[in-house]
Amino acid sequence: MTRIMGYADRISVQPGGTLAVMASCIGAQRYRADIVRLLSPNAGMGASEYREVQVDTPANGSYPAREQKMHAGSFAVVPEKWALKGIESFTLQAYVWPTTPKKGAQALMGMWSEAGTGFGLAVDATGAAEIRIGGFKLASGVPMLERRWYLVAASFDATSGQVRLWQEPIYDKSFHAERPVAVEGKTRASVPDDGAPFLFACWRKGEAEASTAWGRLLTGGHFNGRIDRPRLARKALDRAAIQALAAGMLPSGLEEEILGFWDFSKDVAGDRITDLSPNRLDGDVVNVPTRAVTGHNWTGAEMDWTKDPAQYGAIHFHDDDLSDAKWQPDFSFTVPAGAPSGFYAAKLVAEEASFYVPFFVRPKRGTAKAKIAFLASTATYTVYANNRGRFLSMRTELYQGRISMMDAVDILQLEFPEMGVSTYDRHTDGSGVSTSSRLRPVTNWKPHGRLWNYCCDLFIIDWLEHTGLGYDVITDHDLHVEGQDLLRPYSVVITGSHPEYWSLEMLDALDGYQRQGGRHMYMGGNGFYWRIAYHPTNPNIIEVRRSEDGVRAWDARVGEYYHQFTGEYGGLWRRQGRAPQVATGVGFISQGFDASSYYRRTEASRDPRVAFMFEGISDEILGNFGVLQGGAAGLEIDCVDPALGTPPHALVVARSENHSNTYILVAEEINIGHGALDAVQNAAIHADLTFFETPNGGAVFSTGSIAYAGSLPVDGFDNNIAKLTTNVLRRFVDDRPFTLPK
Amino acid sequence: MFKIDPTRLDVAREFKARPFGEHSPELQYVLNYMRSRPVPQFEVLVMTDPGKRWVLAYMPTGGASVPKMTNQTFDKLEDAEWHVFKLRWKDITGQDLPID
Repeated sequence: MTRIMGYADRISVQPGGTLAVMASCIGAQRYRADIVRLLSPNAGMGASEYREVQVDTPANGSYPAREQKMHAGSFAVVPEKWALKGIESFTLQAYVWPTTPKKGAQALMGMWSEAGTGFGLAVDATGAAEIRIGGFKLASGVPMLERRWYLVAASFDATSGQVRLWQEPIYDKSFHAERPVAVEGKTRASVPDDGAPFLFACWRKGEAEASTAWGRLLTGGHFNGRIDRPRLARKALDRAAIQALAAGMLPSGLEEEILGFWDFSKDVAGDRITDLSPNRLDGDVVNVPTRAVTGHNWTGAEMDWTKDPAQYGAIHFHDDDLSDAKWQPDFSFTVPAGAPSGFYAAKLVAEEASFYVPFFVRPKRGTAKAKIAFLASTATYTVYANNRGRFLSMRTELYQGRISMMDAVDILQLEFPEMGVSTYDRHTDGSGVSTSSRLRPVTNWKPHGRLWNYCCDLFIIDWLEHTGLGYDVITDHDLHVEGQDLLRPYSVVITGSHPEYWSLEMLDALDGYQRQGGRHMYMGGNGFYWRIAYHPTNPNIIEVRRSEDGVRAWDARVGEYYHQFTGEYGGLWRRQGRAPQVATGVGFISQGFDASSYYRRTEASRDPRVAFMFEGISDEILGNFGVLQGGAAGLEIDCVDPALGTPPHALVVARSENHSNTYILVAEEINIGHGALDAVQNAAIHADLTFFETPNGGAVFSTGSIAYAGSLPVDGFDNNIAKLTTNVLRRFVDDRPFTLPK
Repeated sequence: MFKIDPTRLDVAREFKARPFGEHSPELQYVLNYMRSRPVPQFEVLVMTDPGKRWVLAYMPTGGASVPKMTNQTFDKLEDAEWHVFKLRWKDITGQDLPID
């Protein structure tokens, strides 16, 4: 079995810039790498012939194959420190909220290692709290229940050998019959001074030969669940002292005993944990566990973690979190000075296996010459990265209306589950995945396979190439960092087939661009939908909290609607006063994946304001063909809604019709469920091809459909969708200003 | 609760004629039933040639392993849908569909 995969250290690079490519290859001695520019998707019937162009670069060549491993599982770590040396007696305690107590033994906290050294709190194979000291184990004997808070504490007196363990459920207004458990034992085990790091949510397994998630530390026993207010003392405390230590503030009278008094409600946005004790046993969180989550003392009175962090002092760890594979580079690629802006990839091939490592070449900052920019939806691509939920259950067919589709690269996710999950998935403990990173092999950014997102945007690139009008490719990541300055040089900005996820910075930049006369062609469906937050220091990681409403793969827990990275309220932009209709005239109304339909021209299309759009087009029906399920209107579709911000002067020039039963009204449009929610019965479901003028000579054109892009290449671009879209583009690059109607 | 009536061959014929797109309420009920029942494994299509060739495979519900490939290939998605529809009809009703 030969397998190859990889990723790049950067997503957007400009001429002269260099990126590194990390690869892992098994089953072959060597692999071939070629840098290619992608000009169309490999989409089969109806689409253009697949085109990738090799870039002339010394990076192309044969490379020795080697396996690089991924180390999934989030944890926190305090590096080896003086204060952690010489521990003999101790007390360990924390509030814990296990989510998979029966999955097998799991670590809670401590310095225990699989070599049988050290000490630590754990969950045993039955789900009971357990203390480990070297080879000695003492468990409560009572399994903890899923998603219940417990105070778990253990003490060890090295002089007497006395071990005590407490497991006490926290009152939560539910009617559980659980009782506190306290057990005792004796051991002659001792705590060796082995200079180990102090770990939360995992134990030490050993040391690797190559980089792991943290240094070369190999971890095991990854815990699923939450840990709040962990404490470490250098003495076997009694129950009363443990209670004092469990408080939020450092208690008086225990100054000499306290070694670690961690407050996980600090540094929520970043990758640090803070120790409030004088020892300052601060540490790192690894693989981005979920923070800004309710703790053991959350009352329900406060929903915003930034307002009362003390109620959000927990970290939720998952055994499948992965924020950075931390692989070593195999080779680097320096973008040639004259390289055109575009979609690029390092194409890795080993025998019959292949993998595309995507990246984008943008123009050098401040030197853009093209009038057209295609904004690659890298935020959305990242949020979707490694979406496996769609083929794990037949229920996907219920809303897709067709048999689920997979390809060879999808299967890699099942062969290598450590590749991590997407924000469309749930963690192994059933909690929703709220962060995604591209610093790992990503299976959904490729020019072939299931046609979605990245692949569909290549239809637009193919069309742009066909028009012969010059264009640049810029990315969401660039836009988030550089703001409106990135867009300013361009007459037209084209957004893709499904630009669904937007940070505030991105949305503000687009808004400012449009208000100053910039023209926007929104060439997709279900865009500008979810609010996202970028990691404060690592823009390769994105967070989405699926709060309140919307078409959701999972729903955020109550009280956890605010992003950990920024403190911003998460969810639909529509719920935050910035519905997609404001920027584009249209917003998400329905989705269905069995068949796409067509648009029918409206009376508004005869308006002289849009005469340019229909030059050379006499058809009344537009887009009754296409690579994406046979039509231009489909998959995810948008319509106008003045109540949500569609400008009064917007013209719906064509409207789709005849959608199937699979197209259901989106959740945010349903207050009371009823039996007429599908497109066969509900007239609200349609895609609106929309145009409106904006201040300072600008304009907006929106297709309101993901499938639209798949109609462009049909018949060699000799069709009414390509014609109409090209008419729009040519008018939009024309400097003559549009005029707001009076 | 709705149950599939194995005598309603008209519904099967409707699906064969148009597996994608608008369905009659009766056919939609049949499809919803087929797609929502608890099963240990379910059918997927593995694309081997983009947009041109697909292999029928089975995924375990919950997806703990790679799909189990069959020898059944399709060059039209409509054919794949009809093939799987017949398999499910037999599985649920115990009767073969007497329609090619």
